[in-house]
Amino acid sequence: MKLRQIDQFHWEVPISGKMRVPGIIYATATMLEDSQLSEPIKQVVNVATLPGIVKASLAMPDMHWGYGFPIGGVAAFDWDTGIISPGGVGYDINCGVRLAATALVEAQVQPLLASLVNALYQNIPSGVGSKGPLKLSIKEEKRVLKEGSRWAVRQGFGEEEDISHTEDNGCLPGADPELVSSRALERGRKQLGTLGSGNHFLEVGVVDKIFDPPVAEVFGLFEGQITVMLHCGSRGFGYQVCDDFLASMTKHAHKIGIELPDRQLACASIQSNLGQRYRGAMACAANYAWANRQILLHRVRDVFQHVFGMGPRDLGMRLVYDVCHNIAKKEEHVVDGKKQIVCVHRKGATRSFAPGHPALDDTYRRVGQPVIIPGDMGTASYVLVGTDVAMQETFGSTCHGAGRVLSRKAAKKASKGRSIQRELEDKGILVRWTGRGTLAEEMPDAYKNITEVVNVVHGAGISRKVAKLRPIGVIKG
Amino acid sequence: MKYTLIDHTADIGLNVFGKDPTELFSTAARALFDIMIDASRVRATQSLILRVEGLDWSDLMVNWLREILYLWSGSDLLVHAANIREIGPQGLVADIIVDPFDPFRHSVTTEIKAVTYHQIEVKQQLAGWEAKIILDV
Repeated sequence: MKLRQIDQFHWEVPISGKMRVPGIIYATATMLEDSQLSEPIKQVVNVATLPGIVKASLAMPDMHWGYGFPIGGVAAFDWDTGIISPGGVGYDINCGVRLAATALVEAQVQPLLASLVNALYQNIPSGVGSKGPLKLSIKEEKRVLKEGSRWAVRQGFGEEEDISHTEDNGCLPGADPELVSSRALERGRKQLGTLGSGNHFLEVGVVDKIFDPPVAEVFGLFEGQITVMLHCGSRGFGYQVCDDFLASMTKHAHKIGIELPDRQLACASIQSNLGQRYRGAMACAANYAWANRQILLHRVRDVFQHVFGMGPRDLGMRLVYDVCHNIAKKEEHVVDGKKQIVCVHRKGATRSFAPGHPALDDTYRRVGQPVIIPGDMGTASYVLVGTDVAMQETFGSTCHGAGRVLSRKAAKKASKGRSIQRELEDKGILVRWTGRGTLAEEMPDAYKNITEVVNVVHGAGISRKVAKLRPIGVIKG
Repeated sequence: MKYTLIDHTADIGLNVFGKDPTELFSTAARALFDIMIDASRVRATQSLILRVEGLDWSDLMVNWLREILYLWSGSDLLVHAANIREIGPQGLVADIIVDPFDPFRHSVTTEIKAVTYHQIEVKQQLAGWEAKIILDV
């Protein structure tokens, strides 16, 4: 695949074959030397062939191989003529990250760090097939699916401000629980309030560096401050919704005689009955994920209060923001000088809305949307802010994390004879985990360097660095 | 049980072999659980019947493994054996021997979260049948 360099951070995959639009890749020349990127670049091309795609098939610097659509991919489709695709969202619908800030500083936490990490590990259900303490009736579960974060706050899991600091106020409109299979409902019933396994985590961190003091002040961040980051999604519920619709869309494509380059690209026209049904079911999964992260944050607050013997006021744990990085949403963007309604698919990509955007609450509208970018568990995470450039170039989107470079098997091999736990402890990071293979599979070497990824999106201007966080405690599923 | 693992950046791939479709599909089902748990600790406790449909051999394989995986993700059942009764490119009927998950006896090492269509292949070779399946973990 021949790439044309536009500037230091932009590369074009020129239109060829059945491509309807070009591909645009955000990366450095060094990043593109990685031969493993030929697969995701092919996927950028495949996405560019789908009906109704607008402007370009985009890939962020953390891109890697996904199913059908690449991870780190952004694609917008015209609302009237375009398609919606479960493969463009991913299995873990509304997988996302939330960051909470506290009034605590590192010196207060270090003496009790081991107790804190142990207490978090014991109180946050995690690991394979983890089940929560909440056993919902199907009727109650359907309320969760309709209301998202609002349901959780109404049950006492959190505060009103948590909602306004969640993307879409923690509730995607159009959720219709009647469109969801009984299998999805059954899987979802037992897992609300759980972290899950794989790359999901809970991280206690310290604000290590502030790059943009005025914006950091609006976000309520200062150097030395203790933060908590949660990364998880819609658990088995979202997986089931994705799987159900991949099956029905594959069948549908076969029936109407569409030959797909890859069955995982199965899609339906947004306006078709099947497309609308997927939207309604996907919104349910998105809302499930928001309720899930809201419940988990509440439990984290409880644990902190208990360990430090503090009331909520002294602890001051506020939600900075909650972003989703696997989603398809109806949004208005300016394309070639004209307003256009599109369905933006972000698969392993984060919304990065500019200052003044009506979707932001009063606090953040002045400076732009907080963008939370987790790194691997041994390095760093970043807080960025959304920009006008993102609105112009990427449908208001940026990267979502580090992106894997080693397969799980290769990571296990690379970890042979090493104690990953000890290596992390030497760096001042306490880690607790459930799965036998998890720690080796998720070790820092398995991921791209997060700082390089963030420097690309900062350099290209599609989001700007605000703060860097350093992990001190990690819970893995 | 003849299968090998394919290394993939984010996931696990499976190459499964069988002398005919019956053996191929039965092996693929057992391989799924062999990756997830110590299969030697799964007993023959209960049995059930599965009927699965597909558009072609590849689609049938994905749908079959989806059903097999749902026994775990939806019903906490582990598969001990899968005996194919009837099979054709558009459908199969199988008797599944399962064991309810018992945390004191079973431990899940690798959780398979989904069976994907990505690069799916089921084909007849000179020496027998072969399938390639990518699993989301």
